[in-house]
Amino acid sequence: MTSLTSTSVEGQRPPRSWNWVGILPFLLFSSAFLLGPAIILLVRSLQANEGGWTLGNYRQLIDPQVLEAYGLSVRISIVTAVVGGVFGFLLAWAIIYGGLPRVFRSLLTTFSGVASNFAGVPLAAAFIFTLGRIGMITALFGFFGIDLYDSDFSLYNFWGLTVVYMFFQFPLMVLTITPALEGLKKEWKEASENLGATSWQYWRHVALPVLMPSILGTIILLFGNAFGAHATAYALTGGTLRLATILIGAQISGDVLQNQGLGYAVAMGMVLIMGLSIGLYTILQRRAERWLA
Amino acid sequence: MAFLVLDRVRKEFGGSTAVEDFNLAVEAGEFVSFLGPSGCGKTTTLRMIAGFEKPSVGRISIGGRDITNARPNERNVGMVFQSYALFPNMTVGQNVGFGLKLKKVGREETQSRVNELLELIHMPDKGDSYPHELSGGQQQRVALARALAIRPQVLLLDEPLSALDAKIRDELRIEIRRIQRTLDITTIYVTHDQEEAMALSDRVVVMSRGVMEQVGPPFQIYNYPETRFVASFVGKLNQIPGVVIDSKTVQCGDERLQTTTPIEESPGTAVNVMVRPEELDIGAGEENQLVGVVESVNFLGAIVRVRIARGEQMITADLFNERLLELPEVEEAVTISFPAHACWVMKAN
Repeated sequence: MTSLTSTSVEGQRPPRSWNWVGILPFLLFSSAFLLGPAIILLVRSLQANEGGWTLGNYRQLIDPQVLEAYGLSVRISIVTAVVGGVFGFLLAWAIIYGGLPRVFRSLLTTFSGVASNFAGVPLAAAFIFTLGRIGMITALFGFFGIDLYDSDFSLYNFWGLTVVYMFFQFPLMVLTITPALEGLKKEWKEASENLGATSWQYWRHVALPVLMPSILGTIILLFGNAFGAHATAYALTGGTLRLATILIGAQISGDVLQNQGLGYAVAMGMVLIMGLSIGLYTILQRRAERWLA
Repeated sequence: MAFLVLDRVRKEFGGSTAVEDFNLAVEAGEFVSFLGPSGCGKTTTLRMIAGFEKPSVGRISIGGRDITNARPNERNVGMVFQSYALFPNMTVGQNVGFGLKLKKVGREETQSRVNELLELIHMPDKGDSYPHELSGGQQQRVALARALAIRPQVLLLDEPLSALDAKIRDELRIEIRRIQRTLDITTIYVTHDQEEAMALSDRVVVMSRGVMEQVGPPFQIYNYPETRFVASFVGKLNQIPGVVIDSKTVQCGDERLQTTTPIEESPGTAVNVMVRPEELDIGAGEENQLVGVVESVNFLGAIVRVRIARGEQMITADLFNERLLELPEVEEAVTISFPAHACWVMKAN
């Protein structure tokens, strides 16, 4: 009734907006490369290798080897997310509040943008050439009589891979947390000082609690970033470190002991964990935006 | 002895001077406003009192204690910011009690003080709300309560109403004055809104380009401006160019205008006759008269603003609205009149 009246009064319909068309490429892209593969993954994870529907692939997820792969992926993701998160936060803090010249600040931000996307075979190769058994830095240490590999250190074990992952985790934290740090209002610091707070009390009672959703959200993002990494670990360790992603690769396209159904089920498990991470990240980001807007 | 003293305070940023030779003595319990346009140094002066800026030269004391070099957290002054600056991670109650928590005041005493202040700002049931759940006006009330919770010696307000809409601004203005009188707290209020400064203050400090132009009660500032800037910044002002005839007379075009305020300039000097729009009347008068043509008539509610052209010059007359008021027509030739005591003379630029 209202719309009829409105139409008759104005004599014409409101012009149709076509702005939404701009989202079509994204929808097509995400359908083709995200939604479609996810559906195929779900369907195949429920199919037996011999054909027919089954839950057997999911039952195999409790196999010790699979659990170990998940455990290793989760451990390395947590360690690199937390360590990268803490040090990345400190670096971002130093960039913004350290009184650095503007040039230095933009240099660090640009470097972070590049480094956070530097992964896979090139990253693994870069570390092998520097910190590998005959890498440049290893040789340099050797020149001074220090053998890095004399201790338990190895570029090709858990801690070695952790160091390599830090190369992109650390800058990703810097990139993501910098806007949040910049969102802290100068007036909050002044108001707290005015009420008698020291700088430490301001950070403890105001700044860190305000930043906490952003920090936690970004750490979850880093967790997801490490959890889904495949090429770097594979190129560096050749599959000796049995991460979940490497297990999936081996089961789906490996030459021996191939079990595609299990591979798809492990991948679905990863999708679930990543989905949970993204959900948590979204919740925390919403809170952060409300506080830092 | 005055409670808050700013003695020859000066602030420089790089090569430019933001505040120059600022001298002010504020009595305990007095409400003083710093009034001026953007960039006049009023906020910088306030921030020097708060300790966020250090004076380049000069001395600031509160209650006889020199606080020039004291840190902001050692001054015991309360500050209310234009943007409220409430901590978003804390409830209203936690915001108000934050200063007391830092001072390690007991939980019960803190709660009692928070409740007392929430009553004072008429928000007793909002203690558990978060800032984002409140309107702008409510947030500013909470900011005021937070600043008052620590029982500051001086309350500083930096354009606290400028982010609010007109109705809330009027309400809160009354509230601020009520609370200030209730607590009898020495208050410095920064604003660029002359009406706000006039309505709230015991005294107004008018500032321009880092310099204090005039200090005095609102009535004095408005009716007896000492500088051309004060005269033109505070309220509307007609400036009618002319030439001095004698110590009481100025020739303005074909008309001669009289003033009871003695003219200091010598005969023949180019001057401006200053008169407020509300002093003008449409119609013949007994003393000063000018003729012109009505350019526009704007009804503004309580007043009717009539703009009258005298050749190149425009004169504004504000007539008090009343039912029997006879409004002039646009393009009508009219006579404007005003008494000799209503105008004064300043040397032309």
